[in-house]
Amino acid sequence: MRVNLTVNGERRRADDVWEGESLLYVLRERLGLPGSKNACEQGECGSCTVYLDDVPACACLVAAGQAEGREVRTVEGLADGDALDPVQQSFVDAGAVQCGFCTPGLVVAAHDLLRREPDPSDEEIREALAGNLCRCTGYEKILDAVHSAAGAR
Amino acid sequence: MTSTVAGRTTAATANGVGSSPARPDGTRKVRGEFAYSSDLWHEDMLWGATLRSPHPHARITGVDVSAAVAVPGVHAVLTHGDVPGLNRYGLEHPDQPVLADDVVRYRGEPVAVVAADHPETAQRAMKLIEVTYDELEPVTDAEDAVHGDVAELHPGGNVVRHAPIRRGEQTPQADVVVTGRYEVGMQDQAFLGPESGLAVPDGHGGVDLYVATQWLHVDQQQIVAALGLTPEQVRLTLAGVGGAFGGREDLSMQIHASLLALYTGKPVKMVYNREESFYGHVHRHPATMYYEHGATRDGRLVHVTARIYLDGGAYASSTGAVVGNAATLGVGPYDVPNVSIDCWGTYTNNPPCGAMRGFGAVQAAFGYESQMDKLADACGLSPTEIRRRNAMSEGTVMPTGQTVDSAAPVAELLDRLEGMPLPQPGSTADLRTLPGGVSNTTHGEGVVRGVGYAVGIKNICFSEGFDDYSTARVRLAAVGGQPAVTVQTAAAEVGQGLVTILQQIIRTELGVEQVTILPMDTSIGSAGSTSASRQSYMTGGAVRAAALKVRGALLSHAATRLSRTTAELHLDGGKLASVADGVLADLVDVLGEAEFDETVEWRHRPTEALDPETGRGNAHVQYGFAAHRAVVDVDTELGLVKVVSLDCVQDVGKALNPQAVVGQIQGGSAQGLGLAVMEEIQTEGGVIRNPSFTDYLIPTVLDMPPMNIDVLELADPHAPYGLRGVGEPPTISSTPAIVAAIRAATGKELLRVPVRPDHIV
Ligand code: FES
Ligand code: FES
Repeated sequence: MRVNLTVNGERRRADDVWEGESLLYVLRERLGLPGSKNACEQGECGSCTVYLDDVPACACLVAAGQAEGREVRTVEGLADGDALDPVQQSFVDAGAVQCGFCTPGLVVAAHDLLRREPDPSDEEIREALAGNLCRCTGYEKILDAVHSAAGAR
Repeated sequence: MTSTVAGRTTAATANGVGSSPARPDGTRKVRGEFAYSSDLWHEDMLWGATLRSPHPHARITGVDVSAAVAVPGVHAVLTHGDVPGLNRYGLEHPDQPVLADDVVRYRGEPVAVVAADHPETAQRAMKLIEVTYDELEPVTDAEDAVHGDVAELHPGGNVVRHAPIRRGEQTPQADVVVTGRYEVGMQDQAFLGPESGLAVPDGHGGVDLYVATQWLHVDQQQIVAALGLTPEQVRLTLAGVGGAFGGREDLSMQIHASLLALYTGKPVKMVYNREESFYGHVHRHPATMYYEHGATRDGRLVHVTARIYLDGGAYASSTGAVVGNAATLGVGPYDVPNVSIDCWGTYTNNPPCGAMRGFGAVQAAFGYESQMDKLADACGLSPTEIRRRNAMSEGTVMPTGQTVDSAAPVAELLDRLEGMPLPQPGSTADLRTLPGGVSNTTHGEGVVRGVGYAVGIKNICFSEGFDDYSTARVRLAAVGGQPAVTVQTAAAEVGQGLVTILQQIIRTELGVEQVTILPMDTSIGSAGSTSASRQSYMTGGAVRAAALKVRGALLSHAATRLSRTTAELHLDGGKLASVADGVLADLVDVLGEAEFDETVEWRHRPTEALDPETGRGNAHVQYGFAAHRAVVDVDTELGLVKVVSLDCVQDVGKALNPQAVVGQIQGGSAQGLGLAVMEEIQTEGGVIRNPSFTDYLIPTVLDMPPMNIDVLELADPHAPYGLRGVGEPPTISSTPAIVAAIRAATGKELLRVPVRPDHIV
């Protein structure tokens, strides 16, 4: 089948999509956007988090066909040219990135949190990021990064 | 950060050793532009899939691939007969088939591989392969494998290694004796980036493989043997690695993808999904441990006797090294005059086990630290006091006879932990701070707080006489009017931040800000494995040594150009200077067209094998120490645990990059927390029951408490910059500290990790 969607502000089309493919597969393998990650492909890790019509979603749980006509924003669409989004910059500065496999999903989830709650408490950050697994950092520096991004906005 | 020895800096510049500059790959990682092994793409590439055994132990009686081959879009279906070279591989012993031939020894063992033009086509074709099996009785208990009357799974029997350690009296008498049987469940590394890679045939019978691994050269050796090719024909490049923690030390898809690429003449990509990942890599050895500790009435250790069984599963992997660690470190960081330890690593039909962060030391620590708490109780001492009375220190002789010849600040770690502030009592008003969280399982009723302590010890680098080295090439030249250095090694960056540290070392030694770390590949000599907390030590050591050679050559070049002697010159932040006359010239001007290019193979001081009868020998290069204090709130009615705080003190010798050091301590402690209260691969008759992140739980941000961290820098005079490997020690003491805290809260014995709710209620 064919899927038409808007990704990071650009109209895109994917052809020969098999019905069983996920939005994550289409982004990664058909549209050249492998930034969203594939750590579990079963909705448990959040590494594939993207905005779907402005609401964060696990792209691995969205069937490609469900994305027809909709708007997707991925981690590749957060920076403004060379200027990183404050969330991205804070992740680098705080040491919240080790292997970085969780990072794209966490950056999108934290970006969404800060739109809703510009100055979140530790407890609020923990609840908001509870669906994003990280195996490397123990999360402490991710909390630091979100706080400092909140300060920078 | 507590610094007792100042870092030795030779060419002052910003962002050198001891600072925390941004990692060079950080920006690409936050932008989603860093290419992990599962992100690779090639024109015209195929997708591979692996058919795995559904049985833990069976004889293969037939394989029919015809239906799979007939599927449109399928380019190859390969079985063991298609392996051109040796159909065996393995880290220590080549005992594992590339593709099963006569017998399968674990559920999940690869039997056939498929390449097709779409991953789903490959999966569907794979399911059409017909394999017939005669099921055999699986061996699933490690003690049975050693002592029982069970099938021999490999020629030579089921014992991969038995390591005895004997010291002092073997039948000592003690006033107070405590015993216990402890179990550690099978933990998974659960790195987030799945096993994956891309193999590209070169059109001349060779292959280029882009893969996430921990040790390019040991992969290459095994692939070459299986493919019947030369190392020149099999070139590996490190693709982006999404975490490792030991789980990538063994091969997964490397040989399979290369085989498929050579047979089809097309690039082949393989990516495991999460379930397959549980079958696709080795895990932490489950352990059963019998300990007896004897002490004087005032709590001084007289003896430790232990039998430790480590279940290596179907193939050896690094079981030998894991046994060596558990045996030599089996009494923990304590001075014990009489020791009798026997440690066995076995073959069974359980999933293969091998390296995971702290391997061998993690299991033993749960045993000996549980025992120390029991002994404290029996002697009427506090948990910290019993540990202080027996704490080893510099100069202590290990049970192997090896004298610890650098800092071993065990008592100081405990003192500092005790000095840290304790968390406030939990508020019952905020559900989020209670066990069970917003599930609303308690408002504070039945919730009891407990505090626990633990200390751990780990050997750093490869031990027991292994020829452990790393190779580094450092090149200095002027580029675009600036001095610039490129560094080449084959050391795997797996997320820990080695790439940052190598840049820092160059800045410190050469005073050059612009440092490029080249992609890691097999065009240079081996760097050894990214494991055993060894890369800062080994590849850091190699890069430093190469930089010093470059500096030597540069200074003599400069001496000629400036009409000075080499001895009076030094580098100072991108300038050449002499003590008498200060700055003489800019480095870039002195360099001119010259280029300095040095390659060094660097070794740590040699170690010795253990005596096979007594376990005597100077087996280890360096020891690392960390200690934790855990505070938990336990809902004693439901058995739910909330870790409220987890504080850590660790000696790192020298923090080359303080931010990365703290990151290692936080991440390592989190993995220890996982083992304490949630993480276990549950097997039944050799079959994994929970191969998914739905059923295998790792700590989330809700599970991980805030940490107070104190980093000591007591330099090891034998190590580059005095550093001590950082990665593993925090994983070791975290688990027993948390379990001790749960015991303190509940009064339960808790002889097994992970602790489950039904152990508590
Ligand atoms: S890959 Fe989508 S939630 Fe894990
Ligand atoms: S940085 Fe590796 S999983 Fe989060």
